[in-house]
Amino acid sequence: MSAYCSPLDIRQIEQNFAEINPAMSAPEALQEANRCLYCFDAPCTRACPTHIDVPAFIKKIASGNVTGAARVIFDANPIGASCARVCPVEVLCEGACVEKTLVKKPIEIGRLQRYATDHVMSNGTRIYEPGPRNGRSVAIIGSGPAGLSCASYLARTGYSVTVFERKEKAGGLDTYGMAEYKMPQSVSLSEVEHIAAMGVEFRLGVEICSDAEARSDGTVTFSDLMAEYDAVFLATGLGATNRLNIPGEDLPNVIDALKFIETIKTRDWHAVPLGRNVVVIGAGNTAIDAVTQAKRLGAEKVTLVYRRTEMDAPAYDYEMELARKDGVEFMWETTPIEILGDGAVSGIRVRQAGREFEVGCDQVIKAIGQQKMYSFFSDVARVETDEKGRVVVAENMQTSDPKVFAGGDCVNGGAEAVDASQMGKLAAMGIHEMLSGEKIEFAGAILRDPPKAPVDPNPH
Amino acid sequence: MADLSINFAGIKSPNPFWLASAPPTNMGSMIERAFDAGWGGAVWKTLGEPITNVSSRLAGLDQGPLRLLGLNNIELITDRPLEVNLREVYECKKKYPNNAVIVSLMVESKREAWHEIVKRSQDTGCDAFELNFGCPHGMSERGMGSAMGQVPEYTCMVTEWVKEVSELPVIVKLTPNVAHIVPPGRAAQKGGADAVSLINTINSVMGVDVDTFIPYPNVNGMAAHGGYCGTAVKPIALNMVSELARDEEFNIPISGIGGINTWRDAVEFMLLGAGSVQVCTAVMHYGYRIVEDMIDGLNTYLDSKGYASVNDIVGLSANRVTDWGNLDLNYVVKAHVNEEHCVRCNLCYVACEDGAHQSFEFVESNGHRYPRVIEAECVGCNLCALVCPSPGAITMERRDDGSNPQTWRERTAS
Repeated sequence: MSAYCSPLDIRQIEQNFAEINPAMSAPEALQEANRCLYCFDAPCTRACPTHIDVPAFIKKIASGNVTGAARVIFDANPIGASCARVCPVEVLCEGACVEKTLVKKPIEIGRLQRYATDHVMSNGTRIYEPGPRNGRSVAIIGSGPAGLSCASYLARTGYSVTVFERKEKAGGLDTYGMAEYKMPQSVSLSEVEHIAAMGVEFRLGVEICSDAEARSDGTVTFSDLMAEYDAVFLATGLGATNRLNIPGEDLPNVIDALKFIETIKTRDWHAVPLGRNVVVIGAGNTAIDAVTQAKRLGAEKVTLVYRRTEMDAPAYDYEMELARKDGVEFMWETTPIEILGDGAVSGIRVRQAGREFEVGCDQVIKAIGQQKMYSFFSDVARVETDEKGRVVVAENMQTSDPKVFAGGDCVNGGAEAVDASQMGKLAAMGIHEMLSGEKIEFAGAILRDPPKAPVDPNPH
Repeated sequence: MADLSINFAGIKSPNPFWLASAPPTNMGSMIERAFDAGWGGAVWKTLGEPITNVSSRLAGLDQGPLRLLGLNNIELITDRPLEVNLREVYECKKKYPNNAVIVSLMVESKREAWHEIVKRSQDTGCDAFELNFGCPHGMSERGMGSAMGQVPEYTCMVTEWVKEVSELPVIVKLTPNVAHIVPPGRAAQKGGADAVSLINTINSVMGVDVDTFIPYPNVNGMAAHGGYCGTAVKPIALNMVSELARDEEFNIPISGIGGINTWRDAVEFMLLGAGSVQVCTAVMHYGYRIVEDMIDGLNTYLDSKGYASVNDIVGLSANRVTDWGNLDLNYVVKAHVNEEHCVRCNLCYVACEDGAHQSFEFVESNGHRYPRVIEAECVGCNLCALVCPSPGAITMERRDDGSNPQTWRERTAS
């Protein structure tokens, strides 16, 4: 154990990292499920990016058909178990719940979804069998939410699917990027296993490179994929964390938030680099994950520094509230201009209201967003991107190359796992139609208004 | 503070709330605790030849988290020796002279048997008898209970036998397991009954365990039909009370029973013609303590309405229940959605589309999508208002001018 790590004992840390939304007991789930009004054309379903039929799955919990409830969830969202834990439900389904309007207490949809999905994940129920093989194959680059979702739908439909992942574990940000108190890595990995059980092949530790980068030792090039597979789905996500471009940025003890969070995911608590006085730069949801976890690991002081106002902070209000409860300090309209230190960080120089001063700290965590993978798209995949570096796709998620589809953060510039999951679904539909000429529609792909029934032509 | 005391067919009680003859009135110490809690009267668990019960005996009907919306039981009459019960009746009445102690009776259909039990029981100082002609399970297989109540001639005959020797008011407890409640009601009156009480429990099978295939309540893998009671039976009881209350030939007091949980339920029974009410299931669920709010709530209600005595409300709504043919065909209401209270659950919409007359559409309003009534299609059935979870979001509004009432009887007569 080095000194530059958590000062707390493991028992205390485990306690601090207990899930903030714990599992529901059966009586709790039953009572909550029965509180649901069973809305028609429900606002929660509309608010969910994957349009899970929320009232349907909740009523199934109430009727005792928990396996059926899980099926409704996975029909519309193959990563429904992790979304149950990491979705910003406050601004999605639960934010739209009519019980919130009626009695200021929305149905706990997220936790009910967890209850249903846990039920099948824990007892090994197989919800889907692979579809009858259709002889076609699809390569998916990236095993995060978009990739997993697309893989699941394609496997259900009969495709032979191979997912290429450059990291050692599959699952993308669901595996490496979620605050540990929201979801442990095991949930994401078990979701991957369920998808692998449908015959989806995961090739881990493989980075797709250009022909120019190809080596003889088994590297896989994009051209190989284009030659061997009938279609390719790009679900690469985003790249490295943005640079601050200020002096001192490369000092030891300056770490990027995603790396910090990724190290926590190992639950090797004392291997996580941690100062006593930590400054986190940025005010997005990742910045909040960094400040709250630094605090939970035992940092004495954690300060969030953001160059704009509190109103401008991209983090959700409830996330900000969590940080506040954890005792995090905030410095708004404060611009970092230099990270100070000789061999190690000793502070950060900031400008605030025209004044420059020093803030002492012994660790700086950068959480200022991720870069786009410009060179991958221009040099390797060779698909069109927009001025912000996002892959340009049509409604069916097809890129400028008809054989190549894309979805997730690389298309929307960075959003929720549930948004990526929906794009994976739409891409699977697009790929199937392109390859077979047949239209297929997965649950929740398209939100439709209910048709109006004919009225009685007889006067009454 | 209103006067809650009643004089029901000569039975005086400090309030109209009585415990029905059932497990909560099994013995003296129970009834004494009930009186301490505030119950005005109690009908002792039916006396007769002591029986042997089975185990288990009860089964419940739940809906979601709401337990015991209905209860059914296959427990029989008292399993205690007659002399023990009679001694306790005596002691109880001596201790609680102001509370009504009514003894429920059931013996085989022999004049001597009825004469004997009535004579032995009235020495206890009890206030009245209730003849159990209603129990639908077990005892009916032996020719007692509802087997008597289902045949008006028997009801009349046994009532006459009891009246031959009884010096006390006699209430006949009626079974709802009949096609029409008026004939047995009239038969009780003809036999000399001073009052009737209704309803006793309804024939029922509560359900089946879908894992074991054994119906409830499980008696070693088998079940028998039992008597159904509790909240779920209230509308059936109200109908039967009201049918008797408005029957021109029927004019003795009615004690209302069936699904009474609160003062409000009690008021409904009284408005339709009940002079007292009896409660069992709610006490089996929550204990004797529920009577406190029944008394308090009834008091508050009577005060707020300006009634000095609870007897003033008896029968106030009796004549507002009538035959369908007397209803005004030209009375027109239409549903109306009040957007300021609407939570957009759209339950009204789907209920109307699939369960009524397709009278809803969606409209955009203030940036939201609201259900709206197509008045030309709306038949004013109430369904949307019944399913709406948000108070005030759907109101039924009058659309005729009231100038031209006409009933079906009037229309077909002309």
